[in-house]
Amino acid sequence: MLHFSRLKTTAILVTIAIGMLFAVPNVLSPGMLDHLPSWLASSRVTLGLDLQGGSHILLEVDGPALRKERTEQLRDEVRRVLRDQKIGYSNLALRDTSVTLRLRDPNDTQKAVTELRKLAAPVTNALFGNSSGEMDLTVSSGSDGTVTLQLTDAGLTAKMRSAVDQSIEIIRRRIDQLGTVEPNIQRQGLDRILVQVPGLQDPQRLKNLLGQTAKLSFRMVDQSMSPQQALEGRAPPESEVLKGQDGQPYLVEKQVRVSGEDLVDAQPGFDQNSREPIVSFRFNNNGAKRFAAVSQESVGRPFAIVLDNQVISAPVIREPILGGAGQISGAFTVQQANDLAILLRAGALPAPLKVVEERTVGPSLGADSIQAGKTAAYVAGGLVTVFMLAVYGLFGLFALIALAVHIILMFSLQSVLGATLTLPGIAGVVLTIGMAVDSNVVIFERMRDEAREGRSAISAIDKGFVNALGTILDANITSLATAVILFLMGGSGPVRGFAVTYILGLLTTMFTAYTLTRLMIAYWVKWRRPAKLPI
Amino acid sequence: MPLIDYIPAQTNIHFMRLRHWTFPFSAVLSIVACLLFAIHGFNLGIDFKGGTLIEAQTSQQQADIGALREHLTDLDVGDVQIQEFGSPRDVLIRIGAFGTTDEAQQAILAKVQGVLGTDYSVRRVETVGPSVSGELVRQSILALVLGAVAVLGYLWFRFEWQFAVGAIVTTMHDIFVTLMIYSAFGIDFDLTSIAAILTIMGYSLNDTVVVYDRIREMLRRYKKLPLPELLDIAVNATFSRTIIVSTTTFFATLALYFFGGEVLRGFSLAMTVGVVIGTYSTIFVAAPILIHLGLRASTVSLPTKDAADPEVKELDELVKMEAKDAAAAVPPEAAPATGVSAGGGSNKGGKGKNGKPNGKAGPARPAKA
Repeated sequence: MLHFSRLKTTAILVTIAIGMLFAVPNVLSPGMLDHLPSWLASSRVTLGLDLQGGSHILLEVDGPALRKERTEQLRDEVRRVLRDQKIGYSNLALRDTSVTLRLRDPNDTQKAVTELRKLAAPVTNALFGNSSGEMDLTVSSGSDGTVTLQLTDAGLTAKMRSAVDQSIEIIRRRIDQLGTVEPNIQRQGLDRILVQVPGLQDPQRLKNLLGQTAKLSFRMVDQSMSPQQALEGRAPPESEVLKGQDGQPYLVEKQVRVSGEDLVDAQPGFDQNSREPIVSFRFNNNGAKRFAAVSQESVGRPFAIVLDNQVISAPVIREPILGGAGQISGAFTVQQANDLAILLRAGALPAPLKVVEERTVGPSLGADSIQAGKTAAYVAGGLVTVFMLAVYGLFGLFALIALAVHIILMFSLQSVLGATLTLPGIAGVVLTIGMAVDSNVVIFERMRDEAREGRSAISAIDKGFVNALGTILDANITSLATAVILFLMGGSGPVRGFAVTYILGLLTTMFTAYTLTRLMIAYWVKWRRPAKLPI
Repeated sequence: MPLIDYIPAQTNIHFMRLRHWTFPFSAVLSIVACLLFAIHGFNLGIDFKGGTLIEAQTSQQQADIGALREHLTDLDVGDVQIQEFGSPRDVLIRIGAFGTTDEAQQAILAKVQGVLGTDYSVRRVETVGPSVSGELVRQSILALVLGAVAVLGYLWFRFEWQFAVGAIVTTMHDIFVTLMIYSAFGIDFDLTSIAAILTIMGYSLNDTVVVYDRIREMLRRYKKLPLPELLDIAVNATFSRTIIVSTTTFFATLALYFFGGEVLRGFSLAMTVGVVIGTYSTIFVAAPILIHLGLRASTVSLPTKDAADPEVKELDELVKMEAKDAAAAVPPEAAPATGVSAGGGSNKGGKGKNGKPNGKAGPARPAKA
């Protein structure tokens, strides 16, 4: 075990040298980093959000809202189909995820079912892109002329999937506008989206941007009665009462004249006369035409600009607006105008998102945590150094050199793999300072045993390594097993960071303790030819 | 040369005799732990209970916790706890899961931030909605169970079942005691605690496996030795290693506890206790329990041939090296080349060692197949 071929020695030293090279960027200042030659590794350890500051937000697509919307959409389609086919019906109703109706003439059943079945579309399998043969809708009928359209689970799941995909796209567009670096946006499970944004100064603003659906619509204000009357009595069926930003109620028609989908651009600006912050927008061709038509027939009447069921403003149309451009003013602050423009440019979310988990750490706390972690590491390192030297002398020094290399290798592996160092991860590093000497201690104690049993120094040293190997493997593999479980179950948060650090630590300690220490001791043995075990 | 020799290199303590004291002690400890769980329960953190946690720092010299409590209680957001956190300027505000919806959580957060206003800078916010906390509970339990199963499986594969059972019982004991610390001191039990528990599990097993490895080796070498005596020899042989590694790990957890910052304090306390109890249980639970699990020398299988082969080769090289070195005094009985070739490929026992460990065992019988 103490014989190393020249090739083996070189391989071990080169491995360590390369490892050290990859760790170098971590101790350089960013300025020095820029001056490194490009062939040199320049990646540093990625700090978790809990160390560099930032927001971790888990969003969930509002499933019930999405299903409700899908069912309402189905009801509107049913209405259109039956009207086109001139089939009489009554009692059109929603029940959970199904639409029911009763045909006036039960003899129409066959025809109605045939026509309504055309609404069903095959469900596309998201994974393979092919059709699974399932339809998103089933149509059934009773003998008394009742017809039930039931949305299938497969169809609704596919709908959820595409809603999450769309939402991710839109969230990305919104966050990109904030100009932050490297946001991480990814799907989690069926209906969740994880958003991680490092180094954000104002997490509340981020949540505002994510929390709004941003469905914009232009509708006419219903002037047939006052909003108060509508609230007290019965509002006309085609209108609804919506609140303004200041809580003031408006009676607004349900019919959407032009929707936010027809916007091509939105920019924050200032009104030329009042100098108030505004958002100016442009419609696409389709939107411009419709807006022109509406404004022509409604001169003198107020229309409402509605964002997520809230009336932003309800100006009176003074003259037909034909150019396809307009502006929204609503007593905004500059930032509100900015954010609204961002939301309108990025588009509306297919369904509302709610925040189900949030972890935000300010940058100052992150810096404090790093400082505390460093202090703990130095103290632990100092104590272990003194102790190991006291107990093992020269061999203790070998073990400490191996420990130092182990820590360097850990950091270089983290840098190369792009693994994230979190606060619990720092705890993991400090812990391995204490635990990494274990393998060496096992070996050294084994040497002492062998010497006690009458072996010569060299033989005892050799047998120490031989007999300790199995023990070291067994002991580390059991630890590794728990660490891997922790990694698999740790989700995306800090705990996973701990698991990564811990796993890398176990791997590098096995390497350094068994290979590097052995190399050092082998060369020392060759040099000194000890007659007595020095420990 | 070592500067000091505090750690006795060769101990001869009758650990197994002490089991008549340590077993009841551990049993009582475990029962107390269970009672504590049942009566006192755990101070579940927001990860598992849902709720909001805010760490804020005042711009003043000292945070006025009384005034803050008054303002926050006025908000009527349910269960509010405020405490100093690390320094007089820092406060930690905990708000229970008020209402059951995720939206309600966000509304509360906005209200609290309103109260904190400009006097405080918010350093950390964690909100876990009820839907997520339930999942985290399930996930964590699954992680602990899977961890135990994986380790049990590995030990079963590598050792005999008695060792696997012994290791699991020992580890459970350690986890119970660690959990007792969480319960007794009311430390926030959150995801980091799960990490701590799994780490202690790993550490405790690591410690136990080192001793078990030695016990198994001894069983192969000294088949006639009564088990308690044999266990004593094995535990004594690994004793200094156990103490040294526990000490260095203890140093590390202690450093974390005192310098690692407020957020890690609960974690490091649990780890510190776990290290101490893991060391205790390795010596006083893991080894003696094997007596009661009916371990016999005959239950231990012989080492496989492939494990022995590289050893022989390496030793051959060494012998050559030593032969070249005329100056080195090689005791003739230490590594006789003939002994190596004769015992080659069979087992460790057959390599011509002088057979009396610690000078007290009976004649060593080469454990040949």
